Amino acid sequence: MSTYSVIGTRPIRHDGADKVTGRALYGADLQLAGLLHGAILRSPHAHARIIKIDTSKAAALPGVRAVVTADDLPDSGDRMVDLGEGETPLSFIRGNVLAKGKVLYRGHAVAGVAAVSAHVAEQAANLIQVEYEVLPCVLTAPSAMADGATLLHDNLMMKELGQNTGKPSNVSEHFRHLMGDPAAGFAQADVVVERVFDTATVHQGYIEPHNATALWNNDGRVQIWCSTQGSFVVRDATACVLDVPVSQVKVTPMEIGGGFGGKIPVYLEPVAALLSKKSGRPVKLLMSRRDVFEATGPTPGSHIRVKLGATKEGKLVAGEAYLAYEAGAYPGAMVGPGAMCVFAAYDIPNIVIDGYDVVVNKPSTAAYRAPGATNAAFATESVVDEIAEKLGVDPLELRLRNAAKEGTRRADGPKYPRVGCIEVLEAMKNSDHYKSPLTGPNQGRGVAIGFWFNVGLPSACTIAVNADGTVTLVEGSTDIGGTRTSIAMQAAEVLGLPAEKVQPTVVDTDSVGFTAVTGGSRTTFATGMAAHDAAQDVVRQMKERALKFWKMDAATPVEFAKGVFTAGDKSITWNELCTKQARTGGPVVGRASVNPRGVGGSFAGAIADVEVDPETGKVTVLRFTSVQDAGKAIHPSYVEGQMQGGSVQGIGWGLNEEYYMSPDGTMMNSSLLDYRMPTALDLPMIETIIVEVPNPGHPFGVRGVGEANIVPPPGALANAIYHAVGVRMNSLPMKPSAVMEAIWSK
Amino acid sequence: MATVFLPAMLRELAGGTTQVAATGATVAEVIADLERQFPGIQDRLTEGGELRSNLAVAIDGEVSPDGIREPVSEQSEVHFVLALSGG
Amino acid sequence: MASKVRVETTINGEPTEFLCEPRQSLLECLRDVLHLTGTKEGCNDGNCGACTVVMNGALVTSCLVLGPEAQGARIETVEGIAKGNQLHPLQQAFLEEAALQCGICTPGFLVASKMLLEKNAQPTEQEIRLWLANNLCRCTGYDKIIRAVQKAATQMAEVKA
Ligand code: FES
Ligand code: FES
Repeated sequence: MSTYSVIGTRPIRHDGADKVTGRALYGADLQLAGLLHGAILRSPHAHARIIKIDTSKAAALPGVRAVVTADDLPDSGDRMVDLGEGETPLSFIRGNVLAKGKVLYRGHAVAGVAAVSAHVAEQAANLIQVEYEVLPCVLTAPSAMADGATLLHDNLMMKELGQNTGKPSNVSEHFRHLMGDPAAGFAQADVVVERVFDTATVHQGYIEPHNATALWNNDGRVQIWCSTQGSFVVRDATACVLDVPVSQVKVTPMEIGGGFGGKIPVYLEPVAALLSKKSGRPVKLLMSRRDVFEATGPTPGSHIRVKLGATKEGKLVAGEAYLAYEAGAYPGAMVGPGAMCVFAAYDIPNIVIDGYDVVVNKPSTAAYRAPGATNAAFATESVVDEIAEKLGVDPLELRLRNAAKEGTRRADGPKYPRVGCIEVLEAMKNSDHYKSPLTGPNQGRGVAIGFWFNVGLPSACTIAVNADGTVTLVEGSTDIGGTRTSIAMQAAEVLGLPAEKVQPTVVDTDSVGFTAVTGGSRTTFATGMAAHDAAQDVVRQMKERALKFWKMDAATPVEFAKGVFTAGDKSITWNELCTKQARTGGPVVGRASVNPRGVGGSFAGAIADVEVDPETGKVTVLRFTSVQDAGKAIHPSYVEGQMQGGSVQGIGWGLNEEYYMSPDGTMMNSSLLDYRMPTALDLPMIETIIVEVPNPGHPFGVRGVGEANIVPPPGALANAIYHAVGVRMNSLPMKPSAVMEAIWSK
Repeated sequence: MATVFLPAMLRELAGGTTQVAATGATVAEVIADLERQFPGIQDRLTEGGELRSNLAVAIDGEVSPDGIREPVSEQSEVHFVLALSGG
Repeated sequence: MASKVRVETTINGEPTEFLCEPRQSLLECLRDVLHLTGTKEGCNDGNCGACTVVMNGALVTSCLVLGPEAQGARIETVEGIAKGNQLHPLQQAFLEEAALQCGICTPGFLVASKMLLEKNAQPTEQEIRLWLANNLCRCTGYDKIIRAVQKAATQMAEVKA
């Protein structure tokens, strides 16, 4: 095993001082000369036709500078566009920014106002008169799929197994993965368990609400400052919505206060730009917390059926899954990845999976950490636990007997490369936690595992060498959780520098090559790879400079180790050579751009101990361990942080969080008081075990760790509740009232 | 000849077969051969000379960033899978 | 438009005057009028703690205080925690323990933790959890925040001893 000097250490993050002193600038902190403040008028109805919008009173209010509606957007016609998520009707993308013709969920943006202050803008928004014809709404996948259900879109035709049926439907797509012969597989099984599950819509819950400031300059250039996981995505989406060339839009990513997948779509940016165009001034738009809940992209609620069959030796022989996910107002429910993940942790020869992407009158869903996988794993892991119990096998042992490994074929087709599922399970089994006994009545322990892909996608990076021996690293991946440092550390390792001597900066879209979103667990992997490659480019150039400095033949081999360049009997330190740049050809700038292959997926596991209060149904988490394959942990503290954060989001999803909807489609709990995310008081310490099964596709072996950790917790908690009080919970959240009902109906 | 695994949604074009043999030194050539065997399949896989944007191609389990330009060998397994981004 | 009110206050030890509309919250005044944007808004209804400041020796969520109520008050914000170039032990511990990911909740946690350690120099884990239950963090799962507060408490005790 090679030894690293920087990789695997825990330096202080480069943006740390700014973030503990309040100096770091987030989107809402931006101040510009002449700045106007905006407000958005949102639909009070979940489903309604817009008959008329009268903005005259708003426009007349003193202090108001501009009012916009969907009429200010270009006409979309039937155009299809691709913003990285596949072909989508442009009318859907524009329609979610400002509703045209119809509102499809409560909170749907209808109009925007810019004024001299936020209060005036809000007052003006309330003066806009909208006449609606209220329509019936559908709020769950099963009701939206029912015959005769109210349709959200007349131009949404169901795709059935890849073929356009030409039939208007709330089901945008039904697809299937089929492997082996499921009927024959079930016939071999000695034990078959089939269960139905429902999961509620939940929100990513980032603490910073969305924000955007835009300036549509007199030269036609649009400048945007915002909170996003991907500045280039915002650039491309905004250009597309506004119908201007991408080169006319410059996006400056401000510090971002959490995203978890929810800060990839654009909501405010195009509206702020339109308001700026109309007013000739920069305009800032901020969402309220209620806007965040009602009008950004939560994760789909789902209706799932999972059936598994096993032999009495404990071999899983067949699996069947039905997944219907609520996309919200527009198609795209992440049921595709859900279906790829539902049985991804297991080697099962015969599988059929049916997925349905269903539109409902709720906000258009977005990605949320391992999107689609958590819902599916909750179902599978509950059923696997039940099979283990029926067979009298330890639940980790049963999983080990069936664990996916190199060469296992997933139901969607490909075989796994080297993966760490078995290693994760073994680490769980050998953990202090799993070996320790429970300590009291009404306590139970549950385990679960989960899988999430990593993605590659493009990243670019440059590294400039300073005369004092330090380097500056310019990259385009917005830093949500310390990735400046995990990226800089990879360059530092190559350059033989301590992490502090690499100064990373995240820049705007004019200042670096295209870089895809901070998401898909790709940043430390892909932008890290770009940094590694750019650093190698620097080393290559520095070797040339050394030869030039020594006046030696350019073909002479040069060694670089421990900060010293050597060729024959000549040597020069990195620091000294840095001072010679001007005399050997000018500044050294390394560059790299990648669209990497070799992405390695990551497995995670959770062990949860709970105590259930039999009087109230309240579930207390007593002890929790998160285990994950990181490939190679670049900065272990931030790997642990990802695991702890993902685990706690999974705990919230499992136990408390939900969009509590009234029948008319109003979210009744759209505040952080009533949408109950875990607080410090609700939790124990979150123990972590980092497993390292290096990814052969990355120079340091990195696997992205941002997501898989959220997948197991709801399943682990459900299993723990069962082992505590003997009830199988089949819907999320497993809130006290639901646990009580389950106990009563036992 | 490379082995192409047809996703469930394309199997009806190939009479229900799950795996087919196809020749070609690149994914593009493999697709052209598939089209000769199963007319209509190219249109389901590509658009404007590139893979459809919601699809990716995996060669021997590894998703290729180069899409239709990816080299394919005689022993390769070729899969057309959903393109992913993630949260 | 409502006419503005003049407010005299002390912020991080500096006498400060500002004009605000009666309907503006202290959070808005700090951020938009005084450009002290270290104090963050997460909910604007008292439920996330990102806007936590100290007012006359008590923790308040500044989104629930009106600007004019700051008249004559002593306010302390995240910007006042470091002494010049010297980070407070809590700030240092948050960095060393990786107690922040996105950092949007950090100012609120620092202000609240500082007050905790002033009242209780050696809090237990459970006391820290209870005290910080008004502050939401969605990134860290709180584990490293608790450890950072414990570490700062230990270091501050050592310095005193
Ligand atoms: S902004 Fe004041 S408590 Fe959330
Ligand atoms: S670090 Fe992101 S909310 Fe706490």
